[in-house]
Amino acid sequence: MAKQITIDAKGVHYTPLNQQIRKAIDDGADEIVINNVLGQRFIGNGLRGNAVIRVNGVAGGDLAMFMSGPTVIVHGNAEHAPGNTMDSGKVVIHGSAGDAVAHSMRGGKVFVRGDIGYRGGIHMKQYEDQRPILVVGGSAQTFLGEYMAGGLLLVLALDGVMNAREIGSGIHGGEIVIRGNVDESRLAAGAKKMPLTDEDRARIAPVIREFAADFELDAEPLVNADYTRIVPASARPFAGKYTWE
Amino acid sequence: MCGIFGVMDRRRQMMDGSGIRQALSMMNERGSGEGAGYVAYGIYPEYQDCYALHVFFDRACENKAAVDATLEQWGVIEHDEAIPTCDQPNLRVNCTPWRYFFKPDASLAPGSASPEKDIITDLVMQINASVNGAEVVSSGKNVGVFKASGWPEDVADYYRIEDYEGYIWLAHNRYATASPELWGKPDPFNLHDWSVVENGKITTYGANRRYIESFGYNCSTGTDSEVITYLIDLLVRKHGLDIDLAIRALAPPYWEEIDRMPEAKQRLNQALRFAYGSATMNGPFTIVAANPEMMVGFTDRGKLRPMVVGECGDRLYIASEEAAIRAMEPNVESITRPGAGTPVIGRVAP
Amino acid sequence: MNSNIGSMPLRYRITIDREQCMECGRCVENCSYGVFRWDGDRILINSRNCTACHRCLTYCPRDAIMLEEHPCDYRSHPVWTRQVRESIYNQARTGKIILAGMGSVADLPIIFDHLMLDACQVTTPPTDPLREPVELRTYLGKKPSKLDIVRKPDGDIELSTKLTPNLMLETPIMLGHMSYGAISLNAQLAMARAAKETGTYMGTGEGGLHTDLYPYQDRMIVQIASGRFGVNVDYLERGAAIELKLGQGAKPGIGGHLPGEKVSAHVSRTRMIPEGSDAISPAPHHDVYGIEDLPQLVNSVKEATGWKKPVFAKIAAVNNNAENVAAIARSGVDAVAIDGFRGGTGAAPRVFRDHVGIPIEVAIATADKELRKQGLRNEVSLIACGSIRESADVAKAIALGADAVYIGTAALVAMGCRVCGNCYQGVCSWGIATQRPNLVARLDPDVASKQVANLIHAWTLEITELMGAAGINSIESLRGNRDRLRGYMLDEGLLEILDVKSVGA
Repeated sequence: MAKQITIDAKGVHYTPLNQQIRKAIDDGADEIVINNVLGQRFIGNGLRGNAVIRVNGVAGGDLAMFMSGPTVIVHGNAEHAPGNTMDSGKVVIHGSAGDAVAHSMRGGKVFVRGDIGYRGGIHMKQYEDQRPILVVGGSAQTFLGEYMAGGLLLVLALDGVMNAREIGSGIHGGEIVIRGNVDESRLAAGAKKMPLTDEDRARIAPVIREFAADFELDAEPLVNADYTRIVPASARPFAGKYTWE
Repeated sequence: MCGIFGVMDRRRQMMDGSGIRQALSMMNERGSGEGAGYVAYGIYPEYQDCYALHVFFDRACENKAAVDATLEQWGVIEHDEAIPTCDQPNLRVNCTPWRYFFKPDASLAPGSASPEKDIITDLVMQINASVNGAEVVSSGKNVGVFKASGWPEDVADYYRIEDYEGYIWLAHNRYATASPELWGKPDPFNLHDWSVVENGKITTYGANRRYIESFGYNCSTGTDSEVITYLIDLLVRKHGLDIDLAIRALAPPYWEEIDRMPEAKQRLNQALRFAYGSATMNGPFTIVAANPEMMVGFTDRGKLRPMVVGECGDRLYIASEEAAIRAMEPNVESITRPGAGTPVIGRVAP
Repeated sequence: MNSNIGSMPLRYRITIDREQCMECGRCVENCSYGVFRWDGDRILINSRNCTACHRCLTYCPRDAIMLEEHPCDYRSHPVWTRQVRESIYNQARTGKIILAGMGSVADLPIIFDHLMLDACQVTTPPTDPLREPVELRTYLGKKPSKLDIVRKPDGDIELSTKLTPNLMLETPIMLGHMSYGAISLNAQLAMARAAKETGTYMGTGEGGLHTDLYPYQDRMIVQIASGRFGVNVDYLERGAAIELKLGQGAKPGIGGHLPGEKVSAHVSRTRMIPEGSDAISPAPHHDVYGIEDLPQLVNSVKEATGWKKPVFAKIAAVNNNAENVAAIARSGVDAVAIDGFRGGTGAAPRVFRDHVGIPIEVAIATADKELRKQGLRNEVSLIACGSIRESADVAKAIALGADAVYIGTAALVAMGCRVCGNCYQGVCSWGIATQRPNLVARLDPDVASKQVANLIHAWTLEITELMGAAGINSIESLRGNRDRLRGYMLDEGLLEILDVKSVGA
């Protein structure tokens, strides 16, 4: 039987809170419910294993930074940079999140039902079988996928049109997929639009279905919708800038 | 290169200055005749609630008004007068020693744990840092520094120190290396409670000075004893260290000794070196320091300078040479020479 | 693209004394730049490829090879120097930013060389380090500013102040951050072994930690740079300390760039990026856009590693250095490494390398002064880096306020590097700045580690002697002790900034 441990975070500083979470995992908890979270940073920071951590409240900055394995589900919003430099595991945010979501994420998934701020997916990168996935249900802001070096960044724009500009600035790996058409003028230098092939659709379909399941959405209309795929114009966006002495 | 001497009576029995004059002059081979000084605790019983400020005026007629005005801003001058002196043929007088008996207004340092001493500290720093022809040479209650350029006997006779009676006396016989003419240069150095005499020269003056100045102290004389006085005041009064730990911070054990200590002691000594690394003093020194409750002596950890300790009844003596102790107390009962890292701490009975 | 500029005059000319030469071919084998080749039984020379790496000279058994710099120069001109003219030719031809290897070549006065150390004569005695202890042991990390001590009724003393983790160094010399990728694994291995032998630490650089270095992980300072290459919780836990690279002296304000061709299979594994892909380190950390974000990153790293390791931050020395350092000192960082404008690099834009930043001497002095002024000196240790060339530089840096130094180029030179400045070509003939297996194999890590350890040991001895002569028997008494320095032919303004008196004063 799954072992559940509940922690009341009301007024608790993040260091003792993280110590309680680590102790719960050491005690064999499969599921940890943290109530009354209000801005505590670093929840799930550097955690290993496969526990599920439910955060009720507003998660503070660097949620699940360096995390390697567990699943963090936030019933509420998250601040700056959830999934920062994450290795594996999953972050599910039922609300919205701040800037630099999934910064430098190398593996695992970050699902945000609402909107994300500026520079979402910045410098996401992939390595061998590690391929990070960031899915945004709502909208994303400017500099989406800046410096992106790998992985998949999917924006479903469920709540209206996305206004991001300078998309894929400096992108040199991975792909950005956005539901609907994205005007060429919103792309940054170094990024280019490609049609979404059937192969591409087959690749993203399981991601869309998983996202839809997590947020109780009807998956199939999303799987079959029109998408714009944005990829690097070159794997060496800066190579042409330099000459040697 | 200097000679130092300290004596304390544990039961506050008074000693007049004649014995100390004799003791200090026994060490004239260590001096150069260009500076000597004495400090005594317990000399102003009639003004014991006032801070006695001994001030050297370059020209009393020009410089005194500014000091009066500054003091009056910070409290009340109960009494002031020229320090009685008696001209000596071998002493070239170049300033006027004056004394104030001053009560600082504690309400002007709100929130301080020791408001009067904070005010006195600020006043001393302020007067000594500005070019106003005035230098405060001592500033404690019931204590006074008497110093000048010259041989110990001449300085003692100039101030007529045999007329003063104290229960702790420190004295310094200077071997001058710079500014032999300045009367403020010889030890003792004093700031309210604490007085310091040093034999030696620290090689860490720059590091120690920068450390102490970051706490608001202002080193205006350039002497070791000034920095040492401020360090002791900071560590004991402001940081609440007991004197033995303060001395340990200033002259700590070597890391290899610390490595061999039991764990709790090791941690404490490591913490002292961590916190007070910039206060650590290197180079040759023996220091004798006093406040109204105690007299302490300690050396650098390499034991480069001598320290002789004598005991006789209620009297504790610390000196550069045994002869000085025996000059004052021919019947001294014990003579020891403590090693580096073993401070001598004598306390006055409560 | 065609140009009418043509070729530049030779930078170096290689000649072979044919009478001495015995055609053994060691020069052909050793030169990785393609200067020598066989033409039948004769060795031909293409001087244009020469970098002055000296590998051929070193290995010629007959001393038959001669190298001449600038055999044919331009008309000499004090303003239109050779370098200025050739940069113009280069950019006229390419229209690009010029990249260059190693540290600044700007011919500016070196402040260290104008600072003289003190010694004792008669007013204080020198200490003889052969007979009496002179302590170089250095702790890097936060120190308490005051202690809470409880004296119990039985007279026992108890310390209630909790000390935060510090790194303990036997000597104030550390090996600076040079990444795997920029240098070879054998070079990193050599330094790791030297660090272990001499009781100090080395930086990993931003290229992750190769598995072969795991045995030395307790001597490694693992670096997190803006690219986050090779950074995961395992990496952080392996390090003895963690360093956030916020800037680099050779190229302040800009990021870094390891070209795909240097990302070999092994390099790709430690950096955790695909083989052959560019490794781009952005200029800022994208989770630090304001100073208040820095404590977030610092605390995040500390949370992830259970508050067991000191966290360092490295910055380039720039105009508002003192302000930067004071800001970092409030962020929870335990030590700040300041990299002066002469700091080394595998490759940097020439215009940055030679024109941006301030000297390390000034940066350390102003940082120490500002931290003391703000009551923050115990919050951080200061590490000076960027052109520390000899033991005297170490002593002077410490007297100006540093706790320790990082050496980079000096350690490479100890392994054979001739400072030819062609690291970017990736064919370092000494096996240092290359990933080519045949070249890497030239550097025997056992031999090279002994050389690096010898250097650290020799400098340590010299520093001990310098301190003893100054009558100082513990390194913390030298730290910030500017009274033991004097400026020789430095202007008054600079002396005031350094808080050092002139010689004679």
